[in-house]
Amino acid sequence: MEIRAIGCEPLQLKRVHMENGHTLKVYQDTGGYASLKKALGMAPEAIIQEVKDSALRGRGGAGFPTGMKWSFVPKDSPKAKYIVCNADESEPGSFKDRYLMERDPHSMIEGMIIAAYTLGSKTGYIYTRGEYRYLIDIMDRALAECREAGILGANIFGSGFDCDIYTHTGAGAYICGEETALLSSLEGYRGHPRMKPPFPAVEGLYASPTIVNNVETYTSIPQIIEMGGIAWRNLGTEKSGGTKLWSISGHVKKPGVYELPMGYADMEKFIMEDCGGMLRNNKLKAVIPGGSSVYIMNAGQILGKNVTLDYEGLVAAGSMLGTGGMMVMDETVDVMDTTKNLTEFYKHESCGWCTPCREGTDWLVKIFNRISIGEGRPEDAQLMLDICDNIEGKSFCPLGDAAAWPIQSAIRQFPDDFRKWLSGNTNGDRVTSNV
Amino acid sequence: MAAATPTSYTDRVLVTAEIAEFSPAVVDEMDMHVAKYPEDRSRSSLIPLLFVVQRERGGWLDNPGINFLAQFLNLEVTDIWETATFYSMFNLRPVGRHHIQICKTLSCRIMGEPDITEHICSKLGIHPGETTDDGEFTVSMVECLGSCGTAPMMQVGFDYHEDLTVEKVDQILSDCK
Repeated sequence: MEIRAIGCEPLQLKRVHMENGHTLKVYQDTGGYASLKKALGMAPEAIIQEVKDSALRGRGGAGFPTGMKWSFVPKDSPKAKYIVCNADESEPGSFKDRYLMERDPHSMIEGMIIAAYTLGSKTGYIYTRGEYRYLIDIMDRALAECREAGILGANIFGSGFDCDIYTHTGAGAYICGEETALLSSLEGYRGHPRMKPPFPAVEGLYASPTIVNNVETYTSIPQIIEMGGIAWRNLGTEKSGGTKLWSISGHVKKPGVYELPMGYADMEKFIMEDCGGMLRNNKLKAVIPGGSSVYIMNAGQILGKNVTLDYEGLVAAGSMLGTGGMMVMDETVDVMDTTKNLTEFYKHESCGWCTPCREGTDWLVKIFNRISIGEGRPEDAQLMLDICDNIEGKSFCPLGDAAAWPIQSAIRQFPDDFRKWLSGNTNGDRVTSNV
Repeated sequence: MAAATPTSYTDRVLVTAEIAEFSPAVVDEMDMHVAKYPEDRSRSSLIPLLFVVQRERGGWLDNPGINFLAQFLNLEVTDIWETATFYSMFNLRPVGRHHIQICKTLSCRIMGEPDITEHICSKLGIHPGETTDDGEFTVSMVECLGSCGTAPMMQVGFDYHEDLTVEKVDQILSDCK
């Protein structure tokens, strides 16, 4: 697997290939925690302004502007404030945060401490998916190193600012990547999302002001403080600042984690050259560019279309950036089958809280199961679209939308893959389910 | 993890008043987790503590272990079950000493997961969701574990095994002692 930067100096990936890059010593020898020292001498408002200037958008999938999110935290609240890192990376196709935590955990910790100082928080939690147990061990060691060196605890770097950060584990629930569900889980409850507003910035963990950001969002913060928000933004585009990590998987010769400047041109070059081209030199058929929750694209939307890799470019091309978890599929793939696979995922991960998502995903899987044993009916495509229409925008949290979009786009972009199954013309093919 | 879901929880919840005992070292470990959260928020430690109990009780959550946690955190037994039954990593039934969890989600699926699953299951003589008669192996199909770039993959216990081939799987199974 490849891990490297293309078209920019490695920033997020600066230390991933360094020997002992995960240790405090190597981190500090290579400039680590200098940004924290600098930030501790700045006014919180000035830090928020730098983050706003950077045009950093949340790297967890929703892409909300980070500086704006931070500015929602009330300054005069008498309650304790909390900083939470969303390290619940569970989006199918996304695996970038894993390597940041494994090989450069101090970047994330430094970003969290800067955020805590900015927002007046003394406590932070790193919510990591339970399956990433080995990463929790790595982060616990990194946090212990910080406490020993006076980077966490009382009076950090002699500034008078106190803060500590702790690891917390999830236990296998995709929904806990949704920030309010994550907070329910962090309080020891089932991972059900909560009504917004109030937003977590006002009432989050323990009904106190809380900021939840993705791992890659936090690792961006020390870079922004070091080089200044505008310089960081200029690495990317006006609206999509900085660089971005992409997780590439599926039918490419060199899958991996790639750091690209925002606005990288273009998607075809990235897949066909940077990632080594298609496995076994097969033809490109489909790409899901931003993790399973975004619209699937067909080859015609990519090849020769100069799709730029940033928030705006992918929307213009008919999909979304999401988490940057790009799944590439060649001509051997049946999109009916891959869509069934993702629908099974959403059914399994639906938290059950609201009816459209809980029942809708279950009905969709039942229809897919019928289709996959050769009993599809011509009207099934429309039936699935109707169900999607009753989930999209009607579920309590975005998981419902995420379940509907892959199906809607798959039927739209790959009608032949469905038609074959719905007309009884499957030549006796059967897709066997694992469920 | 469909494998570990019993048909009814109610017959399990009040079935025994027995309370598990844990060594002082394990209780210290639990205290370490509780100390991470504000004093009146000890329920936050519930998921980390359920992992400790699961590990100490042979890989699954039994009633005596849950009863202990209810007492330890001053919660109702039903509060604990309410949380525990939500998360797929908590086993509500005994599992094999080696819990094989094969990722079945998209990237793994198109990169060869079906062959890996078929090989493991036929070698162990069980279907996904089942445990071998000797109690050594359980095979579960799980959703994306964040190893899409090194697909197909599986987790055995907490260990990641990536870029799987049939040969590699044979080696991993024979190393499970």
